[in-house]
Amino acid sequence: MEATVKEYTFKDFASDQEVRWCPGCDDYVILRAMQKALPEMGVKKEDVVFISGIGCSSRFPYYMDTYGIHSIHGRAPGIASGVKLANPNLSVWIITGDGDAMAIGGNHFIHVLRRNLDLNIILFNNEIYGLTKGQFSPTSLVGQKTKSSPYGNTQPPFSPGELAIGAQARFFGRIGGNTPKEMTQLFIEAEKFKGTSLIEVLQNCPIFNDGCYDNITDKAVRADKQLFVENGKPMIFGKERDKGLILNGLKLEVVTIGENGIEQEDLLVHNAKEEDPTLHQMLVRLEYPKVTGIIRSFDDFTLEEREAKLTAEVKANSKFTKTDDLFFSGDTYEVE
Amino acid sequence: MVTTKVNHQPEVIEAVIIRFVGDSGDGMQLTGTQFSDTSAMFGNDIATFPNYPAEIRAPQGSLYGVSGFQVHIGSVEISTPGDTVDLLVAMNPAGLKTNLQAVKPGHTIIVDTDAFTRKNLEKAQYDSNPLEDGSLENYRVIEVTMTSLTKEALKDIEGLDNKSITRSKNMFALGMVYWMYDRSTEHTIEFFKKKFKTKPHIIEANTKVLNSGFYFAETLELIPNAYSISPAKMNPGIYRVIMGNTATAWGFLAAAEKSGLELFLGSYPITPATDILHELVKHKHFGVKAFQAEDEIAGISSAIGASFAGDLAITTTSGPGLALKGEALGLAMMIELPLVVVNVQRGGPSTGLPTKTEQSDLLQALYGRNGESPVIVIAASTPSNCFDYAYEAAKLTLEHMTPVILLTDGYIANGSAPWKIKSVSQMPEIKVNTINEATENWHPYDRDEDTLARNWAIPGTVGLEHRVGGLEKDRVSGNVSYVPENHEYMTKIRAEKIKRVQKYVPEIETEFANEGDLLVIGWGGTYGSLHSAVKQINEEGYSTIGFAHFNYINPLPKNTEEVLKRFKKIVVCELNNGQFANVLRMNFNGLYILQFNKVQGLPFGNNELIQKFKQLVK
Repeated sequence: MEATVKEYTFKDFASDQEVRWCPGCDDYVILRAMQKALPEMGVKKEDVVFISGIGCSSRFPYYMDTYGIHSIHGRAPGIASGVKLANPNLSVWIITGDGDAMAIGGNHFIHVLRRNLDLNIILFNNEIYGLTKGQFSPTSLVGQKTKSSPYGNTQPPFSPGELAIGAQARFFGRIGGNTPKEMTQLFIEAEKFKGTSLIEVLQNCPIFNDGCYDNITDKAVRADKQLFVENGKPMIFGKERDKGLILNGLKLEVVTIGENGIEQEDLLVHNAKEEDPTLHQMLVRLEYPKVTGIIRSFDDFTLEEREAKLTAEVKANSKFTKTDDLFFSGDTYEVE
Repeated sequence: MVTTKVNHQPEVIEAVIIRFVGDSGDGMQLTGTQFSDTSAMFGNDIATFPNYPAEIRAPQGSLYGVSGFQVHIGSVEISTPGDTVDLLVAMNPAGLKTNLQAVKPGHTIIVDTDAFTRKNLEKAQYDSNPLEDGSLENYRVIEVTMTSLTKEALKDIEGLDNKSITRSKNMFALGMVYWMYDRSTEHTIEFFKKKFKTKPHIIEANTKVLNSGFYFAETLELIPNAYSISPAKMNPGIYRVIMGNTATAWGFLAAAEKSGLELFLGSYPITPATDILHELVKHKHFGVKAFQAEDEIAGISSAIGASFAGDLAITTTSGPGLALKGEALGLAMMIELPLVVVNVQRGGPSTGLPTKTEQSDLLQALYGRNGESPVIVIAASTPSNCFDYAYEAAKLTLEHMTPVILLTDGYIANGSAPWKIKSVSQMPEIKVNTINEATENWHPYDRDEDTLARNWAIPGTVGLEHRVGGLEKDRVSGNVSYVPENHEYMTKIRAEKIKRVQKYVPEIETEFANEGDLLVIGWGGTYGSLHSAVKQINEEGYSTIGFAHFNYINPLPKNTEEVLKRFKKIVVCELNNGQFANVLRMNFNGLYILQFNKVQGLPFGNNELIQKFKQLVK
């Protein structure tokens, strides 16, 4: 099948619609990363479907020259699930934000992860409501002053990755909104993964929550504050590549290579494929360093695989091939 | 094995209504179903209605744990399960107490006297034993020690525990009723053989009890004679007995096969609609994708997604679920995709009366969405025509590219009746609006000139990549548009599209009188009650009373006003507070529209209708 896929460039995936996000928004970065990633995925353009909910991020499908639905608030997972169940050959993407996925659409978000259809979810997390002009979201911090929390937010936030893995997510990745190269790579990995992949983008909103990730994503601090994990590689970070993570009892601990007898071999080696999510959850929760990259990528049966297997079994054992066989079966009688 | 035969001349009657009642665990549904199936196969017309408690396992012997099954059989046309009954079979005091008011005075009650213990009488809140205190003197009571006789019949069969012995007493009752109405036990014995294939001693036991009941009735002097009901005059053909919800599910199966599409159901369990889900999940062999979602909203959302991807998509629910689906239904209307929403109406508002019937979601179906968002609304009117209207809903949604709400209700959904089986080859063609190839100047909102249906471009089709969404769209390209004139244009087009469906649906016809003093109007599940009442009153000589029953609500049939104007008075009979009456008033000026309403969670009774009609033409 891949042999028949023609060569695309990012331009093939750009629609004729003018992009209308605020200047300086990370959403532009995500859009471009997606348009660059798609030609690398080996999927046919006509097989790509973007489904979004409501919010700034959810305008995304209008800008992609693929099939798409800009749907209603929080319901993209339901719609995308229907698309995928109807036609498992499609490459289906859910575009959502922190409010769309975890407030109004919270129920659908956890259930789509639990079921594990082969879908991809891009979660634009800017820790604020943008389209309604600046209210706190389910990921806003306690104390954060917003239009709907003028004296400070009193509602503790979700950590999207923690919630997702708790809801059985098999694939979770996280990436800063200003690192397009890594982001593109993550999108490609998400598509390759068979199952529901969730990628949280730490997306800066320049208007209502500007700088919320500066201490993690700023170019000046990025190397020191982020640990970009890669499967099979030791958990090293820092400008000097001298810091790393070890497990000390039930806690992750930051250590410096060469200090206190720590060698590189002592560092944790990342295993994204591990079924047990304990360590993945610890990595997700860690504040320093903030862990980016693919944190979890556990291979499991997808829902469509389970369904297809069951359907084949039922078909093989069924005496019905046409509905007439069913209608005229069992207790029928003739009136003359 | 022995099957039974009635060996004397029974008295011939036209019809009978029997109600079997007992504890939830007494097997009354099975007993009733067996009797009605046997009668249908004998050639009678039938209508049945189950009545079970909302509690799954209510305490034994309690008043609220009574489960019942009513069956109406006849050699004449049978339109309803009937109001008052000719025979009540009560397996315990609670069943007797809660159902006595339904028995016609002078008619027969069979009781299992073994169940009339002090404890059971107390649970049924009887101060004294009704079998002894004279309170049943207006009825012919047949007292049978059914439990003891069942035990006696089974004393020689090994491998049965006490519980299974007692539990089979319903078959003793069934055997008695088979004798009384001149029916053979053969069909039921065949049923045992199939159901208990691997348990020969259970087959033997049930057969023995059934036959014991039959012979007991034959020899019992208390039963004066047996009755016989000849086969009804029905159109020739192959029949089966079908429940409304099953018929609905099968209508969609047929439509999927006819249209060449795969059927997708997105649903969340809700009484009394869940049986449609139960039925469709069985049919993976036809490629049916039945998806039980996390909630009502995800149910309809997944159906919208499946429709976008090219399936025949439906979602099933009841009143509260329709409320939850409202926003998503608006989206489906806005993006002009085919989608059928089945609302099996129940008593409302809020949680209301989940196991009871009502027609109070009509206005919700018509108007229960934000903005100007018309959809096609149709209603089935009998258990068996749920098949036809499910098929019709699928046909309309596919041909007109707009959502259809199909209304049924608990009464016809759980009721059953004979269905003259329709082969898929007999069903009308369904024209699907899919577009398979990109053409120059193609636009997602290009419309069919006649229907105004837009074309259906499905993901996977090269060159037709496009976006749709809930924001107002440009009339041609489908791109987001805030242009004021475009919004008004699109609002009107969406309304006009529904209106044009009128050209494709049948005109309304009247029964019994074409013009005259009174037109009785109904819609949906009340057809049986209204039809039989107007028929009866016409037979009594009231020949100026006509009857018109609506299956198409939005749009209304195009001759509606003309038909209504032929009558001096119009009475709209509904199981709500007057919703359809108001729809007619809103649509047509200068008509004298009266209402007859009932909101008790119950169907119309024959007598109340007849009284009302007589009063209106006096």
